[in-house]
Amino acid sequence: MSDYDVIVVGAGVAGATSAYCLAKGGLSVLLLDRGDAAGAKNVTGGRLYAHSLERVMPGFAGRAPVERRVTRETISLMTADSSVTIDFQKPGGMSDPASASYTVLRAEFDAWLAGEAEKAGCDLVCPAHVDRLLKDNGRIAGVVAGDDTLTADAVVLADGINSLLARQEGLKPELSAHAVAVGCKEIIELPERVINDRFNLAEGEGAARLFAGAPSGGLVGGGFLYTNKTSLSLGLVVTVEGLARSRTRLPDMFEAFKKHPAVAPLIEGGALLEYSAHLVPEGGLKTIPDLVSDNILIVGDAANLCLNLGYTVRGMDFAIASGQMAAETLIEAKNNGGDYSKGVLDGYWRRMEDSFVLKDMKTYKNAPEFIERPGTYNVYPELMDGIFSDLFTITGEPAVLARKKIWPRLRKAGMGGLAMDLLKGGNAI
Amino acid sequence: MNVEQKLSKNKFSVDEGNPHISVDSSRLDADTIHALTVVCPAGLYSLGERGELHFDAAGCLECGTCRIVCAGHPGAMSWTHPRPSFGVTYRFG
Repeated sequence: MSDYDVIVVGAGVAGATSAYCLAKGGLSVLLLDRGDAAGAKNVTGGRLYAHSLERVMPGFAGRAPVERRVTRETISLMTADSSVTIDFQKPGGMSDPASASYTVLRAEFDAWLAGEAEKAGCDLVCPAHVDRLLKDNGRIAGVVAGDDTLTADAVVLADGINSLLARQEGLKPELSAHAVAVGCKEIIELPERVINDRFNLAEGEGAARLFAGAPSGGLVGGGFLYTNKTSLSLGLVVTVEGLARSRTRLPDMFEAFKKHPAVAPLIEGGALLEYSAHLVPEGGLKTIPDLVSDNILIVGDAANLCLNLGYTVRGMDFAIASGQMAAETLIEAKNNGGDYSKGVLDGYWRRMEDSFVLKDMKTYKNAPEFIERPGTYNVYPELMDGIFSDLFTITGEPAVLARKKIWPRLRKAGMGGLAMDLLKGGNAI
Repeated sequence: MNVEQKLSKNKFSVDEGNPHISVDSSRLDADTIHALTVVCPAGLYSLGERGELHFDAAGCLECGTCRIVCAGHPGAMSWTHPRPSFGVTYRFG
């Protein structure tokens, strides 16, 4: 007789959702996290697309510690001293629970979610560091955490992108520097009213801003800014492969980003509250490992479930859905006689294939290659700067028609490359 | 603001004498050593006057980027999580 039906390793959004669903399904569950509290080791860029958690906990946003509902989206192409921005604001839109997105801070949010799992009947223990999986005749039979040996019929691995346990077990190959990005982030405190005024937001409304080009020094990557209630999440993400060959240290790149004339006024007067960093799996579908083995399932970042299309960046909604589907699979296994062998648990993969998680990863399978095309980070910001500088500059010299200003700029940027990017982009994102 | 000042805003509990990361630079090539000095968000890897690699685990944000960079060099890096109740505790995240 095992101590628990299921042990979930990692109390991020994937693990906590899984534990919540398992407990609701009547299974005995232990949720472990290495942080002092759930969320204490976790970092997000800043925005949660609500749909998947909404399916698990209808109306959650009314009870959960979300920061602001995103009503404004901007994307900026930046050179060292210019910025061209697409600005989409729709306060009345994206407001129904299934299409809303919220800025969040993980320390508070994850603690709340793990608390919901506890209320549903799951045991939560932290800090507890799982050193290895427990084996019984070669079969996974629980976990070993320090001096404690805890047995379970099945284990859900939700231990994040570094997932040392998945690697120990040979379940997940090492991420290549090509398929992973590093993000660093500052939490910058500002009064709520200042944030509302500065970002043109009503109470409770939030802005999500992405910055491409100069912020990453022309490397594959970009900056982001999300408004919280009384702080900003300002960050920079750069693919590790490119960064490794750079002459500029990531912290210095981040400081230059903060000093950019389009960014500096946004954070003016703010006080730094915290500096954090996290890896982002950006390799897409082909980097998703086999997520099922006998008595074990892998969810969330540990499963490399993340999608960066340049204009949306998603991870947490996949993580939550994967946690839910892992739980559904295990509940079914328990109710069908407690067989947790791979053949039964493969139902998890089939559920994922039938859901938006693997469907979206498949739809956008070419996105990683497209995102890393160099034009995005060098050519297009320069092109935009040139075109708009021409259009908006009046010197008293005899004017020329807009097309005569724009055409040479397009030719300089390379018409063939532009057409190819349009074509490829249409098939990738 | 330099990165040391940023790190001073964080809540850390340093496990003195028990660094959770150790690196053996004799097993790394020059490109990888350079990579470590630029990729670490906390700037914990630096080069000394004679080009030797310095590393201090205090201030680690536990992201794993150095682990990725050294993955192709078996035995060069030992990387695990800090023991329970040590390391960074994110108050915002």
